Amino acid sequence: MNQSLVIESLKKSFGDFKAVDGIDFYVEEGKFFSILGPSGCGKTTLLRMIAGFLEPSSGSIRICGDEMIGISPNKRPVNLVFQNLALFPMMDVGENIAFGLKRQNFSKKEIEEKVKNILEKVHLTGYERKNVSNLSGGQKQRVAIARSLVLEPSILLLDEPLGALDLKLREQMKIELKKLQNEFGTTFIYITHDQSEALVMSDKVAVMNNGKFEQIDTPKNLYANPKTSFVANFVGETNKFEAKLIDDAGVVKTKEGIDFRVNLIDKNIKKDCFVFIRPEAIVMMVEGNMEDMNYFDLSIKTILFDGSNTKVLATLNDTEHEIMVSLPQNRKFAHIKEGEVISAGVHISDCKCYE
Amino acid sequence: MPIFLWLFLLIVLPHIELFLMSLKYENDMGDMVWSLQNYGEFFAEEIYWLTFIRVALYSILVTFLTFVITFPIAFYITKIVSVKYKGFLIILLLMPFWVSELVRVYGWMILLRESGVINYFLQALGLIDKPIEMLYNDVSMIMGLVYTSMLFMVVPLISSLDGMDDSYIEAAHDLGASKIVIFFKIVIPYTAPGIVSGSIVVFMLTLGNYLTPNLMGGKNSLWFTEQIYNQFIASFNWNQGAAFGFLLLILSSFIIWLGLKLTKQNLTKALS
Repeated sequence: MNQSLVIESLKKSFGDFKAVDGIDFYVEEGKFFSILGPSGCGKTTLLRMIAGFLEPSSGSIRICGDEMIGISPNKRPVNLVFQNLALFPMMDVGENIAFGLKRQNFSKKEIEEKVKNILEKVHLTGYERKNVSNLSGGQKQRVAIARSLVLEPSILLLDEPLGALDLKLREQMKIELKKLQNEFGTTFIYITHDQSEALVMSDKVAVMNNGKFEQIDTPKNLYANPKTSFVANFVGETNKFEAKLIDDAGVVKTKEGIDFRVNLIDKNIKKDCFVFIRPEAIVMMVEGNMEDMNYFDLSIKTILFDGSNTKVLATLNDTEHEIMVSLPQNRKFAHIKEGEVISAGVHISDCKCYE
Repeated sequence: MPIFLWLFLLIVLPHIELFLMSLKYENDMGDMVWSLQNYGEFFAEEIYWLTFIRVALYSILVTFLTFVITFPIAFYITKIVSVKYKGFLIILLLMPFWVSELVRVYGWMILLRESGVINYFLQALGLIDKPIEMLYNDVSMIMGLVYTSMLFMVVPLISSLDGMDDSYIEAAHDLGASKIVIFFKIVIPYTAPGIVSGSIVVFMLTLGNYLTPNLMGGKNSLWFTEQIYNQFIASFNWNQGAAFGFLLLILSSFIIWLGLKLTKQNLTKALS
């Protein structure tokens, strides 16, 4: 596989503040790569450096083998889809898409042809002469993507372009973006703070925090095997416990006084640690004494009905600490009511312990 | 509606009176008769219509120069300087306009006249032997007109540039446009309504300016407003003056209409 983008020890500081603090990664050609992180983690700074709007303090950015440092944005083989899309309001759809082509001195006929083809591909056939302000949110989105893709960039950068859409449309656009990426085969680098967007669309996701990458992995691995406590906490829903290690073999006592046998992910935990348990890892109505399970009682406080994503809010044993547990919508659990106390268990390997 | 009353009493009524006056002519017998003679006079006398054309061309030039000078200022204030200093810089721009135009023009005259500040320093530095007369020519007059007009251009430019999201500039840059292309294809079209409204105001104020051409251009300034003044005050020929006033009104309306047509702009859009 060829590498579209290789980034080595990239840094960017604004005064004393290190926005991007030493990042190394590569993206293979034709992949959908997401950078996921909370606002202020430096992901936009990173993206703007790749696009060329910011000069890095140090490090290297290579696109298809060519060093990009010192090359202005209009000369880089990357295009950016802006957060607010930045469709030019004084031009119609066709002119917007033709804008980049005109800069490359294509003939009028070629431009017309290309605009027509790309509009067909984004399912907006015949929209050339429409005014940009009359389009719906999803259509604007597609025009913005078409405007960039028509230039056949090596990499398409997307800066949270779904942020402004309403929920339903966002769900649709997620799938559509993924399809578009498949059709075009262009490398996509997608910036988002929404983990569901990153997980659904990406081949690989980098989780970013405080200017550094915490983990680069496939969405599945990121969810199942988070390497750091930040990733465990940020990606997917989880229950977090503060705890102290009481046995080096892997036993902790939580702040509330519950003993857990845990899966030690960080090997150098001294005393204080965090335990993360996913809502769906907790199995309800199990009893027994299997070697590799933690058992406890749950007092059901509230049932948060949300179709297939229904959860219960419950307290553990006789503590006040509330946790979320998935409630599968089938007969077996249909009788569970608020106020009941039921037995539950969780596999040791699902109790992930981090420093 | 008070606004219509106001418009009617203060604008429409005097203009009707002026128009009627412009159509009256004193014949050889000394009687006032209806006639187009006042307008005929304008075309018959070369100096009148030459002044008319000169004023039109110079007003267009002043409008253009004002735009060229103020656009970088407006761009700097809205897009380059940090938000902290923006208000301060705008106040700096407005400050000279707190004093009257008369005082500002006299200020320029103190700088430029033969015994003025600039001549004094040039002589003191030994660059010239005897003072140069920098006033009373077309260049100083144009400069004075541009100076008095700047505020009326810079304010609409700032407000329309302010409304332009920086991401348009970045997007164009990202799509391969050079700085020059961005300026002509993105910034200018986006701010066109602001440019047009500023230009209309500056053009009309320049065309109708009396003070600055008179003081800085001197006796040879040949501004059309001076011709009107002369008819009303010096010759006491109100009928002729009224005709000239109407011609000036037609001229400014025509040039603004032409300008809007050429730039494909819309008056209501530009002024809203």
